[in-house]
Amino acid sequence: MATQSITVNINGEAKSAEVEDRLLLVHFIRDNHGLTGTHIGCDTTHCGACTVLLDGTAVKSCTVFAVQANGREVTTIEGMEGEALHPLQEGFMEEHGLQCGFCTPGMIMSSKHLLDKNPNPTEEEIRWGISGNLCRCTGYLNIVKAVQYASNKLQETPTE
Amino acid sequence: MIPGSFDYHAPATLDEAIKLLGELGEDAKILAGGHSLIPMMKLRLAEPTNLIDINGLSGLNYIKEENGYLCIGAMTREATLETSDLIAEKYPILKDTSEVIADPLVRNMATVGGNIAHGDPANDHPATMVALGAEIVIKGPGGILGGRERTIAIDDFFKGPLMTALEQNEILTEIKIPNPNGKSGATYKKLERKVGDYAIAGAAAALQFDGDNCSSAGIALTNVGPTPIRATEAQDALVGTSVSSDDIDKASELAAAVAQPVGDHRGSEEYKRAVVKILTARAIQTAKDRAEGGS
Repeated sequence: MATQSITVNINGEAKSAEVEDRLLLVHFIRDNHGLTGTHIGCDTTHCGACTVLLDGTAVKSCTVFAVQANGREVTTIEGMEGEALHPLQEGFMEEHGLQCGFCTPGMIMSSKHLLDKNPNPTEEEIRWGISGNLCRCTGYLNIVKAVQYASNKLQETPTE
Repeated sequence: MIPGSFDYHAPATLDEAIKLLGELGEDAKILAGGHSLIPMMKLRLAEPTNLIDINGLSGLNYIKEENGYLCIGAMTREATLETSDLIAEKYPILKDTSEVIADPLVRNMATVGGNIAHGDPANDHPATMVALGAEIVIKGPGGILGGRERTIAIDDFFKGPLMTALEQNEILTEIKIPNPNGKSGATYKKLERKVGDYAIAGAAAALQFDGDNCSSAGIALTNVGPTPIRATEAQDALVGTSVSSDDIDKASELAAAVAQPVGDHRGSEEYKRAVVKILTARAIQTAKDRAEGGS
């Protein structure tokens, strides 16, 4: 059984472990380090529930090996909250952007990447940006509103 | 789902990667974006015993024009292609193609080289590259003078489902597309059930005009055969014409005739053939509009 010793910076903290080469990043995050905010949905690269940021880019952590993240930075939903909720988290709360909440961590991480690249997206750009994340409850309308809420709030407070 | 066990290798150079491929033999696979390979490994449809990760190699991620070609490094991410100003301006067919591949999260990892090297006839770049008459640059092991490099025409690259002209110890390093010259236009049209699905069918068209008449045409089809299919008869039917609606109708009929769809959960053979006809007609029309300066 091939293993490697890796260190991944997760939400600003260096996390080390001896891992099997075949360990998926999502399992490293959830099982090795107990960060269960990142969800496993379809496990087949479709649903986006496991989305995290890898060096700032949104990726499906069920389709990346943990060894590929060695020496790199990962941000999960647990890393979004600072002194207060991130405007995206606040937006999902204020606009009822979730019902069961299973897709929400992935939705927020995808939306974070989207707003980092494009702080003022149109509705179509938001829908396009989250098209790799499936929600079976909301019909997406309130998710779009939540992202718009965050976009507006982030632009009002440019230091955020 | 957990993939089978394998040994992970992260070589520092391309030569080292090629050497490893040779040493490790048949059960070694290249890990590029991994968004075809890793899902297959999780389903145990692929069980390589060694993975050679080329994500750390420098010099395989670029989009540049050089010596009459657009050159795309094999490790260029789909998201990079999708957002490139050069691509949007001069090669919109590549934007059309990359933005319908899987979904935005997948495109952040997936690579252009991987989409082609995987050899899946359901992938979208293959038909586009056939229509554009691309060339594929391949590096293999060499003697004391360094690595052997060969360039082959895209028509010689795809051999069957998941089978390509790549030898076990070779790596696809670059895709070269001849610069468009004069009056020309190209596009890719795909019908999918939902974002992220493979094409029910797809059609790429690239047209060159001399005055009002079509001087050359490239037409190729996605996911309606064991490889991308070049619709030669449809191309021939357009050359020398003004690409009128009658000409488009005739060419798209010929494209549908050459398709080899298989009925499955995405539709019956008959339905897919009808889709090929419509998508081909739309692709030809858009290619013509673009050649005439429209979008």
